[in-house]
Amino acid sequence: MSPTIGVIVFPGSNCEQDALEAVTSLGAKSKLIWHDSFDLGSADAVIIPGGFAHGDYLRPGAIARFSPAMESVFAFARSGRPVLGICNGFQVLTEAGLLPGALQKNSGLKFLCKPVNLTVRTTNSVLTSQTVKGDGLRIPVNHFEGNYTCTEETLEELQDEDRILLTYEDNPNGSMGDIAGICNAERNVVGLMPHPERACHPLLGSTDGQPLLKSFIESSEL
Amino acid sequence: MQFEATVEVQLKAGIADPQGSTIENATLKLGFNGIENVRVGKSIRFAITADDEVKAKEIIQDLCDKFLTNPVIENATIHLQGVE
Repeated sequence: MSPTIGVIVFPGSNCEQDALEAVTSLGAKSKLIWHDSFDLGSADAVIIPGGFAHGDYLRPGAIARFSPAMESVFAFARSGRPVLGICNGFQVLTEAGLLPGALQKNSGLKFLCKPVNLTVRTTNSVLTSQTVKGDGLRIPVNHFEGNYTCTEETLEELQDEDRILLTYEDNPNGSMGDIAGICNAERNVVGLMPHPERACHPLLGSTDGQPLLKSFIESSEL
Repeated sequence: MQFEATVEVQLKAGIADPQGSTIENATLKLGFNGIENVRVGKSIRFAITADDEVKAKEIIQDLCDKFLTNPVIENATIHLQGVE
Protein backbone atom coordinates (compact mmCIF):
# COMPACT_ATOMS: atom_id res chain seq x y z
CA MET A 1 0.00 0.00 0.00
CA SER A 2 1.31 3.40 -0.85
CA PRO A 3 2.24 5.53 2.16
CA THR A 4 0.49 8.75 3.12
CA ILE A 5 2.60 11.88 3.27
CA GLY A 6 1.18 14.62 5.51
CA VAL A 7 2.04 18.18 4.46
CA ILE A 8 1.74 20.72 7.29
CA VAL A 9 0.18 24.03 6.29
CA PHE A 10 0.83 27.19 8.32
CA PRO A 11 -0.69 30.59 7.61
CA GLY A 12 1.79 31.84 5.00
CA SER A 13 2.96 28.47 3.68
CA ASN A 14 2.97 28.60 -0.11
CA CYS A 15 4.60 25.42 -1.40
CA GLU A 16 2.19 22.90 0.11
CA GLN A 17 0.38 22.20 -3.19
CA ASP A 18 3.69 21.70 -5.01
CA ALA A 19 4.81 19.20 -2.36
CA LEU A 20 1.45 17.43 -2.47
CA GLU A 21 1.50 17.26 -6.27
CA ALA A 22 5.10 16.02 -6.39
CA VAL A 23 4.69 13.17 -3.91
CA THR A 24 1.36 12.17 -5.48
CA SER A 25 3.00 12.05 -8.91
CA LEU A 26 5.55 9.66 -7.42
CA GLY A 27 2.87 7.27 -6.21
CA ALA A 28 2.29 8.32 -2.61
CA LYS A 29 -0.97 9.42 -1.06
CA SER A 30 -0.87 12.84 0.47
CA LYS A 31 -2.94 15.17 2.57
CA LEU A 32 -2.69 18.67 3.92
CA ILE A 33 -2.64 19.12 7.71
CA TRP A 34 -3.63 22.52 9.12
CA HIS A 35 -1.07 23.71 11.68
CA ASP A 36 -3.71 24.22 14.35
CA SER A 37 -4.35 20.49 14.69
CA PHE A 38 -2.51 18.08 16.98
CA ASP A 39 -3.74 15.22 14.81
CA LEU A 40 -1.37 14.04 12.09
CA GLY A 41 -3.96 11.42 11.17
CA SER A 42 -2.68 8.46 9.23
CA ALA A 43 0.46 10.18 7.97
CA ASP A 44 3.43 7.84 7.54
CA ALA A 45 5.78 10.76 6.95
CA VAL A 46 5.55 14.52 7.27
CA ILE A 47 6.70 17.35 5.02
CA ILE A 48 6.99 20.92 6.29
CA PRO A 49 6.78 22.92 3.07
CA GLY A 50 8.26 26.19 1.93
CA GLY A 51 6.74 29.62 2.28
CA PHE A 52 6.59 32.25 4.97
CA ALA A 53 4.94 30.56 7.94
CA HIS A 54 3.34 33.20 10.17
CA GLY A 55 4.83 35.85 7.90
CA ASP A 56 8.35 34.91 9.04
CA TYR A 57 7.70 37.43 11.84
CA LEU A 58 10.44 37.64 14.48
CA ARG A 59 12.53 35.05 12.60
CA PRO A 60 11.60 32.45 9.96
CA GLY A 61 10.12 29.51 11.84
CA ALA A 62 10.20 31.23 15.24
CA ILE A 63 6.40 31.28 15.63
CA ALA A 64 5.60 28.21 13.52
CA ARG A 65 7.56 25.97 15.87
CA PHE A 66 4.95 26.60 18.58
CA SER A 67 1.99 25.54 16.41
CA PRO A 68 0.03 22.55 17.79
CA ALA A 69 0.94 20.41 14.77
CA MET A 70 4.62 20.93 15.56
CA GLU A 71 4.16 19.38 18.98
CA SER A 72 2.88 16.27 17.23
CA VAL A 73 5.69 16.46 14.65
CA PHE A 74 8.13 16.48 17.55
CA ALA A 75 6.76 13.21 18.94
CA PHE A 76 6.49 11.79 15.40
CA ALA A 77 10.16 12.58 14.73
CA ARG A 78 11.25 11.19 18.09
CA SER A 79 9.49 7.92 17.26
CA GLY A 80 11.76 7.60 14.23
CA ARG A 81 9.24 8.50 11.51
CA PRO A 82 10.53 10.50 8.50
CA VAL A 83 10.21 14.30 8.62
CA LEU A 84 11.32 16.56 5.77
CA GLY A 85 11.60 20.34 5.96
CA ILE A 86 11.95 22.15 2.66
CA CYS A 87 13.19 25.77 2.65
CA ASN A 88 10.94 27.49 5.24
CA GLY A 89 10.33 23.98 6.59
CA PHE A 90 14.10 23.61 7.16
CA GLN A 91 14.03 26.93 9.05
CA VAL A 92 11.11 25.67 11.17
CA LEU A 93 13.00 22.44 12.01
CA THR A 94 16.12 24.33 13.14
CA GLU A 95 14.02 26.73 15.25
CA ALA A 96 12.26 23.72 16.78
CA GLY A 97 15.63 22.20 17.66
CA LEU A 98 14.94 19.08 15.57
CA LEU A 99 17.94 20.01 13.42
CA PRO A 100 21.05 21.87 14.61
CA GLY A 101 22.19 25.31 13.49
CA ALA A 102 20.26 28.24 12.07
CA LEU A 103 19.51 29.85 8.72
CA GLN A 104 20.72 33.40 8.42
CA LYS A 105 20.20 36.07 5.79
CA ASN A 106 22.04 35.27 2.56
CA SER A 107 25.50 36.77 2.35
CA GLY A 108 25.17 39.50 -0.27
CA LEU A 109 21.60 40.15 0.92
CA LYS A 110 20.08 38.90 -2.31
CA PHE A 111 16.81 37.04 -2.49
CA LEU A 112 17.80 34.00 -4.55
CA CYS A 113 15.43 32.36 -7.00
CA LYS A 114 17.30 30.16 -9.45
CA PRO A 115 18.34 26.59 -10.19
CA VAL A 116 21.54 25.54 -8.43
CA ASN A 117 23.83 22.54 -8.73
CA LEU A 118 24.03 20.29 -5.71
CA THR A 119 26.28 17.36 -4.86
CA VAL A 120 25.05 14.31 -2.97
CA ARG A 121 27.38 13.79 0.04
CA THR A 122 25.80 10.74 1.60
CA THR A 123 23.09 8.25 0.73
CA ASN A 124 22.55 7.40 4.39
CA SER A 125 19.34 9.36 5.10
CA VAL A 126 15.62 9.27 4.43
CA LEU A 127 16.13 11.88 1.70
CA THR A 128 19.11 10.48 -0.18
CA SER A 129 18.86 6.69 0.03
CA GLN A 130 17.94 6.41 -3.67
CA THR A 131 20.67 8.74 -4.89
CA VAL A 132 24.29 8.05 -5.68
CA LYS A 133 27.05 9.60 -3.57
CA GLY A 134 28.89 12.24 -5.56
CA ASP A 135 26.06 12.69 -8.06
CA GLY A 136 25.10 16.18 -9.18
CA LEU A 137 21.50 17.38 -8.90
CA ARG A 138 20.07 20.54 -10.44
CA ILE A 139 17.30 21.89 -8.21
CA PRO A 140 15.95 25.43 -7.68
CA VAL A 141 16.44 27.54 -4.57
CA ASN A 142 14.06 30.32 -3.59
CA HIS A 143 15.04 32.06 -0.36
CA PHE A 144 16.38 35.11 1.43
CA GLU A 145 17.48 33.35 4.60
CA GLY A 146 19.25 30.18 3.53
CA ASN A 147 22.72 30.90 4.82
CA TYR A 148 23.34 27.85 7.02
CA THR A 149 25.15 28.86 10.21
CA CYS A 150 26.27 26.81 13.19
CA THR A 151 29.11 26.58 15.70
CA GLU A 152 32.44 25.06 14.63
CA GLU A 153 31.70 22.13 16.95
CA THR A 154 28.34 21.48 15.28
CA LEU A 155 29.93 21.66 11.83
CA GLU A 156 32.58 19.14 12.90
CA GLU A 157 29.90 16.89 14.32
CA LEU A 158 27.89 17.06 11.09
CA GLN A 159 31.01 16.22 9.08
CA ASP A 160 32.23 13.44 11.39
CA GLU A 161 28.80 11.81 11.57
CA ASP A 162 28.23 12.04 7.79
CA ARG A 163 25.14 14.18 8.32
CA ILE A 164 25.69 16.68 5.50
CA LEU A 165 23.41 15.33 2.77
CA LEU A 166 23.77 17.90 0.02
CA THR A 167 26.22 20.69 -0.68
CA TYR A 168 26.16 23.56 -3.17
CA GLU A 169 28.58 23.26 -6.05
CA ASP A 170 28.82 27.06 -6.23
CA ASN A 171 27.74 28.38 -2.81
CA PRO A 172 25.02 30.97 -3.52
CA ASN A 173 24.21 32.18 0.01
CA GLY A 174 27.29 31.92 2.23
CA SER A 175 26.29 28.68 3.98
CA MET A 176 29.01 27.18 6.19
CA GLY A 177 30.60 24.15 4.57
CA ASP A 178 28.51 24.84 1.40
CA ILE A 179 25.68 23.09 3.24
CA ALA A 180 22.37 22.80 1.39
CA GLY A 181 20.82 20.00 3.46
CA ILE A 182 21.47 18.05 6.66
CA CYS A 183 19.90 15.36 8.82
CA ASN A 184 19.63 14.69 12.56
CA ALA A 185 21.74 12.08 14.37
CA GLU A 186 19.02 9.44 13.88
CA ARG A 187 18.90 10.33 10.14
CA ASN A 188 15.08 10.45 9.99
CA VAL A 189 14.70 14.24 10.20
CA VAL A 190 16.05 16.06 7.15
CA GLY A 191 16.09 19.68 6.04
CA LEU A 192 17.24 21.39 2.88
CA MET A 193 16.93 24.85 1.34
CA PRO A 194 16.51 23.78 -2.33
CA HIS A 195 13.04 22.73 -3.54
CA PRO A 196 13.01 19.11 -4.81
CA GLU A 197 9.22 19.35 -5.29
CA ARG A 198 9.83 21.96 -7.98
CA ALA A 199 12.11 19.63 -9.93
CA CYS A 200 9.86 16.61 -10.44
CA HIS A 201 8.64 17.06 -14.00
CA PRO A 202 10.46 17.65 -17.30
CA LEU A 203 8.21 20.67 -17.89
CA LEU A 204 9.77 22.29 -14.83
CA GLY A 205 13.23 22.00 -16.34
CA SER A 206 14.54 19.23 -14.09
CA THR A 207 13.49 15.91 -12.62
CA ASP A 208 16.43 15.80 -10.21
CA GLY A 209 14.10 16.24 -7.24
CA GLN A 210 12.54 12.86 -7.93
CA PRO A 211 15.23 10.60 -6.43
CA LEU A 212 15.12 12.70 -3.25
CA LEU A 213 11.36 12.53 -2.84
CA LYS A 214 11.33 8.87 -3.92
CA SER A 215 13.84 8.16 -1.15
CA PHE A 216 11.61 9.98 1.30
CA ILE A 217 8.47 8.12 0.19
CA GLU A 218 10.21 4.77 0.30
CA SER A 219 11.57 5.43 3.80
CA SER A 220 8.03 6.14 4.99
CA GLU A 221 6.95 2.67 3.86
CA LEU A 222 9.34 0.93 6.22
CA MET B 1 4.47 46.33 39.56
CA GLN B 2 4.54 47.33 35.95
CA PHE B 3 7.73 47.80 33.99
CA GLU B 4 8.59 48.95 30.54
CA ALA B 5 10.94 46.49 28.94
CA THR B 6 13.20 46.82 25.95
CA VAL B 7 14.91 43.72 24.65
CA GLU B 8 17.77 44.36 22.26
CA VAL B 9 18.53 41.39 20.06
CA GLN B 10 21.96 41.30 18.43
CA LEU B 11 23.80 38.72 16.38
CA LYS B 12 26.51 37.06 18.44
CA ALA B 13 30.09 38.19 17.91
CA GLY B 14 31.61 36.18 15.09
CA ILE B 15 28.29 35.58 13.31
CA ALA B 16 28.41 37.20 9.89
CA ASP B 17 26.00 40.12 9.51
CA PRO B 18 25.28 40.72 5.80
CA GLN B 19 22.99 43.69 6.60
CA GLY B 20 25.66 45.29 8.78
CA SER B 21 28.39 44.93 6.18
CA THR B 22 26.12 46.26 3.42
CA ILE B 23 25.32 49.35 5.51
CA GLU B 24 29.01 49.77 6.32
CA ASN B 25 29.92 49.70 2.64
CA ALA B 26 27.21 52.23 1.90
CA THR B 27 28.50 54.67 4.54
CA LEU B 28 31.83 54.80 2.72
CA LYS B 29 30.16 55.35 -0.65
CA LEU B 30 28.13 58.19 0.88
CA GLY B 31 31.34 59.84 2.06
CA PHE B 32 31.04 59.05 5.78
CA ASN B 33 34.52 58.03 6.80
CA GLY B 34 35.63 56.25 9.95
CA ILE B 35 32.51 54.14 10.46
CA GLU B 36 33.17 50.47 11.17
CA ASN B 37 31.84 47.35 12.90
CA VAL B 38 28.24 48.04 11.84
CA ARG B 39 25.88 45.42 13.30
CA VAL B 40 22.14 45.30 12.78
CA GLY B 41 19.82 43.97 15.47
CA LYS B 42 16.27 44.48 16.61
CA SER B 43 14.60 46.17 19.50
CA ILE B 44 11.47 44.69 21.04
CA ARG B 45 9.52 46.82 23.51
CA PHE B 46 6.67 45.79 25.77
CA ALA B 47 5.07 46.35 29.16
CA ILE B 48 5.31 43.63 31.81
CA THR B 49 3.65 43.22 35.18
CA ALA B 50 5.59 41.25 37.81
CA ASP B 51 6.13 41.19 41.60
CA ASP B 52 9.44 43.02 41.38
CA GLU B 53 12.32 43.85 39.07
CA VAL B 54 14.19 40.61 39.73
CA LYS B 55 11.12 38.54 38.87
CA ALA B 56 10.43 40.62 35.75
CA LYS B 57 14.00 40.09 34.53
CA GLU B 58 13.72 36.37 35.19
CA ILE B 59 10.54 36.10 33.12
CA ILE B 60 11.99 38.13 30.26
CA GLN B 61 15.21 36.10 30.24
CA ASP B 62 13.13 32.94 29.93
CA LEU B 63 11.09 34.56 27.13
CA CYS B 64 14.32 35.50 25.33
CA ASP B 65 15.76 31.99 25.64
CA LYS B 66 12.59 30.30 24.40
CA PHE B 67 11.24 32.71 21.84
CA LEU B 68 12.65 36.20 21.27
CA THR B 69 16.14 35.06 20.30
CA ASN B 70 17.65 32.14 18.47
CA PRO B 71 20.45 31.23 20.91
CA VAL B 72 22.46 29.66 18.07
CA ILE B 73 23.11 33.06 16.49
CA GLU B 74 21.70 35.79 18.75
CA ASN B 75 22.17 37.43 22.16
CA ALA B 76 19.71 39.57 24.08
CA THR B 77 20.21 42.55 26.36
CA ILE B 78 17.32 43.39 28.66
CA HIS B 79 16.54 46.94 29.80
CA LEU B 80 13.85 47.52 32.42
CA GLN B 81 12.26 50.67 33.69
CA GLY B 82 9.65 50.89 36.46
CA VAL B 83 6.42 52.67 35.57
CA GLU B 84 5.08 55.08 38.21
